[in-house]
Amino acid sequence: MSRNLILGTALSSLVLLAALISFVWTPYDHAALNIPDKLQAPDTRHWFGTDHFGRDMFSMIMVGARTSIAVALVAVGIGMALGVPLGLTAAAHKGSWLDEVIMRGNDLVFAFPSLVIAILITAVFGAGALNAIIAIGIFNIPVFARITRGAALTLWEREFILAARVSGKGAARISAEHILPNVANLLIVQGTIQFSLGILAEAGLSYVGLGAQPPTPSWGRMLADAQTMVSFAPHLALIPGLAIIVTVLGLNLLGDGLRDWLDPRIRVARA
Amino acid sequence: MLRYALKRLLSLILSLAVASVVIFTVIEVAPGDPASFMLGVNAQEDTLAALRAELGLDASKVQRYFNWVGGMLAGDFGTSYTYRTPVSQMIADRLWVSLPLALFALTLSTLIAFPAGIYAAARRGKPGDLTVMGATQLGIAVPNFWFAMMLVLIFAINLRWFNAGGFAGWDKGFWTGLHSLTLPAIALALPQAAILARVMRSSLLDILGEDFMRTARAKGLSRRQALWRHGVRNALIPVLTIIGLQFSFLLAGSIIIEQVFYLPGLGRLVFQAISARDLIVVESVVMLLVFAVITVNFLVDLAYAAVDPRLRSRT
Amino acid sequence: MSLLDIQTLSLAIHGTPILKQVSLAVAPGEIVAVTGESGSGKSMTALAIMQLLPTGAEAQGTIMLNGHNVLDHPEAEMCALRGAAIGMVFQEPMTALNPVRTIGDQVAETILIHKAMPSAQARERAQEVLIRVGLPPDRFPMSRYPHELSGGQRQRVVIAMAIALRPQLLIADEPTTALDVTTQAQILELLKGLVDEYGMGLLMITHDLAVVSEMADRIVVMRQGEVVETGPTAQLLRDMQHPYTRLLFEASGHQVILPGATSQRPLLEVTNVARDYRLPREGLFDALGHHRAVDGVSFTLNRGERLGLVGESGCGKSTLTRAILGLEEVQEGRILLDGQPVFSGRKPNPAARQKMQVVFQDPYGSFNPRHRVSRLITEPFHALDTPPRGTQRQDRIAEMLTAVGLHPNDAHKYIHEFSGGQRQRIAIARALITRPELILFDEAVSALDVSVRAQILDLLAELCAAYDLTYLFISHDLSVVRTITDRVMVMRSGRIVEQGETERVFTNPQHPYTQNLIAAAPRLPEFGKGAAQVNYPC
Repeated sequence: MSRNLILGTALSSLVLLAALISFVWTPYDHAALNIPDKLQAPDTRHWFGTDHFGRDMFSMIMVGARTSIAVALVAVGIGMALGVPLGLTAAAHKGSWLDEVIMRGNDLVFAFPSLVIAILITAVFGAGALNAIIAIGIFNIPVFARITRGAALTLWEREFILAARVSGKGAARISAEHILPNVANLLIVQGTIQFSLGILAEAGLSYVGLGAQPPTPSWGRMLADAQTMVSFAPHLALIPGLAIIVTVLGLNLLGDGLRDWLDPRIRVARA
Repeated sequence: MLRYALKRLLSLILSLAVASVVIFTVIEVAPGDPASFMLGVNAQEDTLAALRAELGLDASKVQRYFNWVGGMLAGDFGTSYTYRTPVSQMIADRLWVSLPLALFALTLSTLIAFPAGIYAAARRGKPGDLTVMGATQLGIAVPNFWFAMMLVLIFAINLRWFNAGGFAGWDKGFWTGLHSLTLPAIALALPQAAILARVMRSSLLDILGEDFMRTARAKGLSRRQALWRHGVRNALIPVLTIIGLQFSFLLAGSIIIEQVFYLPGLGRLVFQAISARDLIVVESVVMLLVFAVITVNFLVDLAYAAVDPRLRSRT
Repeated sequence: MSLLDIQTLSLAIHGTPILKQVSLAVAPGEIVAVTGESGSGKSMTALAIMQLLPTGAEAQGTIMLNGHNVLDHPEAEMCALRGAAIGMVFQEPMTALNPVRTIGDQVAETILIHKAMPSAQARERAQEVLIRVGLPPDRFPMSRYPHELSGGQRQRVVIAMAIALRPQLLIADEPTTALDVTTQAQILELLKGLVDEYGMGLLMITHDLAVVSEMADRIVVMRQGEVVETGPTAQLLRDMQHPYTRLLFEASGHQVILPGATSQRPLLEVTNVARDYRLPREGLFDALGHHRAVDGVSFTLNRGERLGLVGESGCGKSTLTRAILGLEEVQEGRILLDGQPVFSGRKPNPAARQKMQVVFQDPYGSFNPRHRVSRLITEPFHALDTPPRGTQRQDRIAEMLTAVGLHPNDAHKYIHEFSGGQRQRIAIARALITRPELILFDEAVSALDVSVRAQILDLLAELCAAYDLTYLFISHDLSVVRTITDRVMVMRSGRIVEQGETERVFTNPQHPYTQNLIAAAPRLPEFGKGAAQVNYPC
């Protein structure tokens, strides 16, 4: 196991653990207002201090982890669930009109960055965590479709696939039996990277008010609230920011570590 | 070469056409009638009808789509529901903030990433490489708007080198304008530079393993000469793709960064428009962003051909 | 005095010994061939002379070039030597040139980097050298890019770069291995001419003993990092001292005896088959272009017959193979297997498909790395209506593995646990398991070392006797086709230009192209047939 893998696993599990524990225990009620105690710097009572309403930052960070992980995970799930079959199909019918339609559709979605999709959705349906998930999820579809298709195309040229075809196996069966297991490592690694990008995107959307709405705590919202107070209470901005950095760094290290461990030749797309 | 360019141009136009249909359809789905939104719930039915006619809302959907697209082609983006001013004028004002910001950031990002990536690749596995890689790993993990807040805290609030926000405007001189875009551009550029540096490094490392690099060494080129004369230009091919993608991220990212620095750019415009349900503005800004992304990718395709002779001869 | 004199050179990479006490010498004007199978260290010896070793390599001993030990040279001095005193030509002409720079630039760079002459003069010299290697400016201007040239033409550019400054020593690492036989003959001719003209020493690395025998003044035979035998070519061929040298030469010209063909009933009937590929549109409104890869091919393969198909790359033999396998539809003509079309109604015909199997070239790409051997070799059962199950299935797996010289217990292993030769045996087991009427061998022994290749050819001969095989053997290697087939077809530009009994075609070719092909193929010298009794280590 490489250092990347160990450190990445440690950081990611730390955040995941915090999110899970928050379901049963937090030091304080994350939503309880306590105005007399507002804007406390971190100390032994409030490990991460309190915000302008006197809410405990540590509890809010724990619950906020839940929001971040849920949004990013579901968005990656959408991207994989739709993108991988599309990529496999496009590769299995390379050069056909189906391939052409799938790839042109991909290009089109790529022209809408996730923030632009979020703006469109929000303009129509209003802001909310679900719309953030959809926006990030839609953006993930072409990412997975593209890398799946690319990897599958090289596999289709391999002789073991030709041998399977000679044995009378059809495109769907070959995709499931031979192609998918051989692109699984790539998908795991790319999935980890997309997960970390999803965390960043969710934070950005919540920051501009297009993501999770109050009272659901989210790291991006905490940063937006902190903005006017950063000069006299810098911990309000520092702590949610560090939470995001630790999570994203952990996931990226995990992705790199997994790649080195599973197959160093894997190329991930990072954009 | 010309044929290649024409083919890309055709695909550009096609993408734009499809994108405009998608955007128009999505906005059409939006609930609510702009006219009643503008005039309030107590408006008279005949006043509403008059306003609808004025806004062109009484035409059929297909008719309205072609009016919208035709207008845009002529530089007319319609009239804002809330401000009653031409959208094109509003966009043009804001574009003078957002576009320079994205370009400034792209330049910074490239200027930082290329040397860092080449340096790291040339010293693969050595302390210099590990330092650059560690820094980029951190750079990727930092959200740009948080980084922007930290820049404000340090350089504007504590050191007072820059203003914490706002835009001085270009009419006070180029350098004054650039000065107020410096912190936002750095905040946008550094995380992107981290990604770009990693791509540059891995692309160059791939090239260093190619047969023709060994051929170059066999001719008597030193490691360094081979890297610069044969490595960098070949490594640019995948890097260009990422630069193209990054432009769209920078443009989108600038929408968020504008919030941190209170810059009067497209981002501010679009958020004001959303809260006022001024959908014609949202529609036009989104179309403009998508137009920018597609156009930049078209330019990247042309740049490919300039770098790679194999594309030039292919049709 | 020798130009190059290597004494007791040992080399280890990260502690793993690669070369052990290698000694060899090259005199001016002399061609020395270093030969051996993969893993013999022949290429590493060449890279050691250039000091272009992978990181972590440590060399001991001496490599004297003109009386100076290159191992003592600092990197800057080596840069001055490379390209000027030593030129090098590599195996893969398709990737050895920078794709984004013109050929003129790349040849001139050799001259400019050594500051041998000013820029304008360097370009003139580059042009002269390109003309010398057979790329005259009227047909191949210096402004051409590598992708506009064929493999052989690119190899000429690489040679031009290597000889632009007339080095005293030229190292050629498998310079013709990636090329067709007729191109190979031209490149070998060119190298020979350059040695005569410039008085260079040529150190040639090649696995092909026929090339070695025709080219070299002296031969160095290597195995697992050691020189096992060395001597002047004529003498070494007459009197091989080391058993490995004998094994290598015997395996290169290995002959098998096939049992007589049995019946005259046709199994595979190919009639007037044509296969078109669509070319990308030239302009938006131009008509679609077509490339006819297979053009009016007709032949019949009888039951129990072993038919060969030879031709150079791009001749259409792979396309024809894919069409017969029912992987692609043909535009004209028909292919019948046992009376049934292989492709019917735009889809492969399952009834025909279950009667044929295939063995591919690449022993590494032919298997899904995630499946065990038992699953890999039973994949063809998918085509059967009633595949064997339970113990019947287990018995069949065991029988097949035994038949190809492996152990029934190998069924539980993964493919990465096997060597290249063993993998090819597993591929044959997979092809045989349904007892198909027809097997296609698509370059099935081309990627193997000669000694392994000889074993696989023996196995095929045995299986012919045991299972009464009918096969189509597709290969670019004339010597292999000559021994493993009864009848042969020669293909060129999509057409079959000659077909007939194998021995007849090889001894008395009728078509000028066949004559050319056979004349271009380097030949092993006839030597004492007594040497043929060799036991192969497994």
